[in-house]
Amino acid sequence: MPRTTVAEFTVESLGILAPDGEVDEELVPDLSEETLRGMYRTMRRARRLDERAIALQRRGELGTYAPGIGQEAAQVASATALADGDWVVPAFREQAALLTRGTPMHAILAYAMGLEEGAAVGPDDRTLPPSIPVGSQALHAVGIGWAYAMRNEDPVALAYFGDGATSTGDVMEAFNSAGAYGAQTVFLCQNNQYAISTPRSKQSRAETLAQKAIGAGIRGIQVDGNDALAVYEATREALDHARDGDPVLVEALTYRRSMHTTSDDPRKYRQEDEEVDWDRRDPILRLESYLRERGILTDDDVAALEAELETEVADAIERAKGMAADVDPADMFEHAYGEMPPWLERQLTAFSGAQGGAVDGE
Amino acid sequence: MANELRIVEAVQQALDEELARDDSVVLFGEDVGVTGGVFRATDGLVDAYPERVYDSTLGESGIVGVGIGLAAAGMTPVAEIQFQSFLYQGFAQLVQHAARLRSRSRGGFTCPMTIRTPYGGGIRALEHHSESFEAGFAHVPGLKVVVPSSPTETKGLLTASIRDPDPVVFMEPTRLYRAMREPVPEGDYTLPLGEATVVEAGEDVTVVAWGSMLRTTLSAVDGVDADVEVVNPRTIYPLDTETITESVKKTGRCVVVHEAPMTAGLGAEIVSRLTETAFYHLESPPERVTGYDVPFPMFAREEAYLPSEERVRAGVERALSE
Ligand SMILES: Cc1ncc(C[n+]2csc(CCOP(=O)(O)OP(=O)(O)O)c2C)c(N)n1
Repeated sequence: MPRTTVAEFTVESLGILAPDGEVDEELVPDLSEETLRGMYRTMRRARRLDERAIALQRRGELGTYAPGIGQEAAQVASATALADGDWVVPAFREQAALLTRGTPMHAILAYAMGLEEGAAVGPDDRTLPPSIPVGSQALHAVGIGWAYAMRNEDPVALAYFGDGATSTGDVMEAFNSAGAYGAQTVFLCQNNQYAISTPRSKQSRAETLAQKAIGAGIRGIQVDGNDALAVYEATREALDHARDGDPVLVEALTYRRSMHTTSDDPRKYRQEDEEVDWDRRDPILRLESYLRERGILTDDDVAALEAELETEVADAIERAKGMAADVDPADMFEHAYGEMPPWLERQLTAFSGAQGGAVDGE
Repeated sequence: MANELRIVEAVQQALDEELARDDSVVLFGEDVGVTGGVFRATDGLVDAYPERVYDSTLGESGIVGVGIGLAAAGMTPVAEIQFQSFLYQGFAQLVQHAARLRSRSRGGFTCPMTIRTPYGGGIRALEHHSESFEAGFAHVPGLKVVVPSSPTETKGLLTASIRDPDPVVFMEPTRLYRAMREPVPEGDYTLPLGEATVVEAGEDVTVVAWGSMLRTTLSAVDGVDADVEVVNPRTIYPLDTETITESVKKTGRCVVVHEAPMTAGLGAEIVSRLTETAFYHLESPPERVTGYDVPFPMFAREEAYLPSEERVRAGVERALSE
């Protein structure tokens, strides 16, 4: 047998609304004005929340916080493509996706204040709590998506993670097992160019991260992650495939414009000209000019939204602070087990005593 | 000559000196290079040793597993795991390979790898950034587990760990990284692994504590109306049972303090050993003052979880009361 090519692959890239405002009309997704305005609104909500959260952290009112500034299109547009019954499996930077899914702002803030209550899930919620161990959550989305495949039901699980996460075994396992099981899962990699200080180029020699799907036998596509229309369209198509048992990896090319978390200083590893370059490609401004040009958004709308946001964020902060003020430390014992084991009961009793200054231990 | 250093600087100095001393030492881990690590413990080292200090790809199974290969090929890997909780992602490699490379190859291959990792609560960190799993690592035969509590110990024990012929999990208490300075011996300085130290001598009761709990304990016993002996094992495994035993034989009473949950924590092991070595000297039941058997809470509740000075004091008083 001579040497022959047994397989060949290509990776497609999708962009619809270019940074200079040019639009590929043929590719524009069929979205109502209301949906478009809704996406814009949620992107702005997320941006404002992140900005205020950074300020609150600086004043010591919040713990470490991971802002998603610059990634609003990647998150909001992808989450907008979901149907009601679909699931979101987030990492730790997905405030914008969570807001799209209806998570209230005060819950996000409460979580950032170190309160478990902020991750509480209601009976009908299909959003998993934030996942801080990088990449670990991608597998949960496979399990969820597989459950629906087994039951022949429609819902899809959408997992979020970063470029760094694609180096982890868990994410590689997730691609592979999703393919093998025909899981109804979409992976949304937000390639924001850095894993803390490690640039994308040092993370992998692969030319695209989308191609990591190929080794697992699933679809991979790259999309301009700062182009809300393209992210929406790529995710919508991916969800359609996934509903049929064909998992998809969507690599959204974007940029984390602020710090990794509030404990990090990007000036140590990032060049200013790179930052300026990406500032010009801001996803919110891009969608905003598109909507303005089409008369979907007016100056009055923007002003009204701004005022509305100030109130929403201020209320959310007050509410979260109220939760923090009411915190009952004893409740760390409540949710460890379905039924509290006897030795834990004794620890709780001792704890309550210790709070009052009495005994401890058994 | 001795410079006043913090723990985080003592780490940096030990690494710097070992990189200079031994060409086989390689440093790697997430963000250890350009930014000098999230706690700045490796600050500047990539500039000094660009060929032997690396920002690794993300993934702890990879970091530990690649380290094992480096070791097999004659290097001396020193890996940083950004936070101890993410060593769980590398746990399989640690247990299945690092810990048994020597025994499985009948000594043909060894794994002189050091895994540095910050651990413990008290810095208002995110979820999964506060655990203290030392008992879990100590449960793995073939590993050594070291927990310093001061800059000098950090320098001496880290240097010894890097030179040790076997894999060492070196757990640095995050809360103490910048908590104090002290003069640290410059140049070649090691402290033996597996040797406890009596931090304060006393006759009435022994308190065993390590890492950040040692600081809590020292402040706590300050206010106790008794002559307290404080023992710091420094190495969790191998554990210096003799020093602890000698102390308890003298005082007849024992309190173990740790941050980790109570059940199957190191306190259980220490008390169990004391029943073997000092049972007839015990004048009261050994006490444990520990974290609770619940997942480490997020920071709004962490103060309630962590053993406080009051809880340590109460434990000591209970031990003294019978
Ligand atoms: C398993 C694990 N290892 C290390 C960390 C520390 N850490 C937090 S975020 C991060 C980088 C993640 O990069 P990426 O996946 O690109 O996501 P991004 O932060 O850019 O959103 C690291 C190393 C962690 N949280 N979990």
